[in-house]
Amino acid sequence: MSKESFSPAQQGANSVRTHLVLGIIGFIMVFPFLWQLIISLSTNDQVMSVPPTFWPGDLQWGNFVDVFTKLPFFDQFGVSVGITVIRVIGQVVLCSMAGYAFARMRFRGRGIFLGVILSILMVPPQVYLIPQFQIIQNLGLLNTILGIALPGIFSAFGVFLMRQIFLGLPLELEEAARLDGANPFQIFYKIMLPLATPGISALVIITTLWSWNDLLWPLVVTTYAEKMPLSAGLATLAGSITTDYPVMMAASVLAMAPVLILFIALQRRVVDGLAFSGSK
Amino acid sequence: MTLRTGSMVGESRAPAAHPVPVAAPKAPKARPKGFDGYWPWLFVLPTLFGVLGFYIWPIIQTGYLSFTETGPFGGEEFIGVDNYQTMLADGNVGQALTNTLVYTIIVLAGIPIALLMANLVNQPGLRFASFYRVLFFMPYIAMPTAVALVWRMIYNGDFGILNWMLSLVGIDGPYWTSTPGFAIVSVGIVGMWASLGFGIIILGAALKNISPEYYEAAQLDGATRWKQFTAITVPLVTPSLFFVTIISVINGFQLFDLLYAIMGQYNPALVQSQSLVYIFYNQAFIQNDKGYAAAIGMLILVVIGIVTFFQFRMQKKWVNYV
Repeated sequence: MSKESFSPAQQGANSVRTHLVLGIIGFIMVFPFLWQLIISLSTNDQVMSVPPTFWPGDLQWGNFVDVFTKLPFFDQFGVSVGITVIRVIGQVVLCSMAGYAFARMRFRGRGIFLGVILSILMVPPQVYLIPQFQIIQNLGLLNTILGIALPGIFSAFGVFLMRQIFLGLPLELEEAARLDGANPFQIFYKIMLPLATPGISALVIITTLWSWNDLLWPLVVTTYAEKMPLSAGLATLAGSITTDYPVMMAASVLAMAPVLILFIALQRRVVDGLAFSGSK
Repeated sequence: MTLRTGSMVGESRAPAAHPVPVAAPKAPKARPKGFDGYWPWLFVLPTLFGVLGFYIWPIIQTGYLSFTETGPFGGEEFIGVDNYQTMLADGNVGQALTNTLVYTIIVLAGIPIALLMANLVNQPGLRFASFYRVLFFMPYIAMPTAVALVWRMIYNGDFGILNWMLSLVGIDGPYWTSTPGFAIVSVGIVGMWASLGFGIIILGAALKNISPEYYEAAQLDGATRWKQFTAITVPLVTPSLFFVTIISVINGFQLFDLLYAIMGQYNPALVQSQSLVYIFYNQAFIQNDKGYAAAIGMLILVVIGIVTFFQFRMQKKWVNYV
C-alpha cells in the first residue's frame, strides 16, 4: 500500500480525464472499422448520401450474402487459409531445425552459412521478386496455392529468431539426454523444442499476420480472381466494380475478420510475441 | 555457444562413422566423439537449399537482369548500364523517391504519438488497459488492403465523411486520393494510423522495464508528469525508439499495399503519386520491362542501405544504452 500511494503515475491512472483521453484516442483508432461495418450494412444510396447516413435503419445483411454469391470469396478464403497454413507449418519446422543447428551443433561452414542466410534480411524483396516469379513460372506453379506459399516457407528472420531462442536455453538438459543415449533429433524434438515455445508462438503469430495480409507477391503470381488470396482479390475488386460500395465493405470486413478476431482473443500472447521478436 | 570448449575440433571435421581420434585438448569431460556428424546437415540443408534457390540465386539474377533489356519475345539482351542511365534521368523515378520519402516521414511522425499512447496505456493500475490496447493495435494487425478500402470511402471527394466534417467548419475538402500531392499525404496518414500499434507494442515493452523508483524519486523532487516523461521515460526508451525508427523506415520504403488499394489502378493522380515499389511492380509485371525493374530494385536496395547506414551512424548522438 505504501508503494502504491507513492507512485505518481498511479494517482492519475484512473481519473476521468485519463479515461476520457484514452477513450477519444481509442475511438479515433477504431472509427474506420466502425464506419466499415456501418457501410457494409447500408444501401448504396445511403453510402453516397450527403450528409452521411450514420445509421442505416434497415440493416442490409444481404450485402454479406452477396459477398459469397457475387464474388469468388469462398475460393479466395480457401487460398488465404491454404497459403497461411503451409507457410506457418513450413517455417516452424524448417526454422526451428535450422535455428537449433546454428545454435547448438558444430559443423563445417556454420558461420558462413548462417551469414549467407541472414544476409537476405538486409535485402528488400524487390531484389529477388522477379527471378522468384520466373522460378514459380518455370515450375508451372503460377495460380496455385503452393506457388504462392513456396518462397515464404523459408525465412531468414525465422532462423534468426529460433537460433536466439535456442542459444538462451541451458546446455545441461542436452548433455543429460545425450548421456542417456538420445540421438540429436530426439534431443531436439523431445527436449529442446518444447522449451522453445515462446519463440515458436512468436514465429507463428508473425508468419500468420504477414501471410494473411501480404499483397505484392500474390498479385504477381496469380492472374485469375478465384486463384487469388483475399488480399489480392480485394485489391483487384477495388479496381473493377467500384460502384457497389456496401458489398465491397462487407467483403473487406469478412476478409480481415478471421485474423483480427483470433488475434484479439489471444491479445496478450500476440503483444508478447511481437514485443519478444522486437527485442531479439 | 560460448561454453563449448571442444567446438573447434568438431567444426574442423568429423565424419560420423570415423570420429577423429584426437581428443579435444581442453575438453573437461569426454564428449561422444563425432557427435554432430551428418546430423547438422539434416537440420540445415532444407533451409539452406531453399534460401540459396529462392533468395540468394534470385538476388544474383536480379543484379544481372539490371544490365539487360527484355526482348519483345522474352529473353534478355545485355545492354550495360543503360537501365541505370535511363533510371537516373527518369522523372517518374525521382518523383517516386520523393513520394516514398514523404510517406516515410509521415509514418515516422507517428512514433512520438505512439510513445505518448504507450505511456498512457501502460500506467500502473489503469483499468480497462487491455481493452484500450486492443483498440490501439487493431489497425496494425488488420489487412492493409481491407482497411485501405475503408479509407477510400472516408476520403471520397463527393460523399466521404472527412469532407463532410470539414464542410461543417467551412472547409471545402479536396479530392484527397485523386489530387497529386494530397494523395501521397492521404496514404501517409493511413500508414501512420496503421503502424502506431507496432510502436505502442515495442515501446510499451520498453516502458515496463523502467524501474518505478526513478519516478518515485522524481516525484519527491517535485517533478511534473511532463518533466518525468521527458527526463526519465524518453531517455530510457531511446534504444527501442531507435529500433522502431529503423523498422519504420524499412517498412516505409516498402510502401505498396496501401497505395495500390487506396488509389486504384485508374486514378488520374497515380503517375505523380507512385512509390518506388509501385514503379518496380508496374515495370516488372505490367509493362514487362524486367531489366529496368531490376535496376529500380537495385536502387531501392541502395537507398535503404544508405539511409540505414546513416541512422546507425547517428544513433550515438541520441540513443542511450544503459
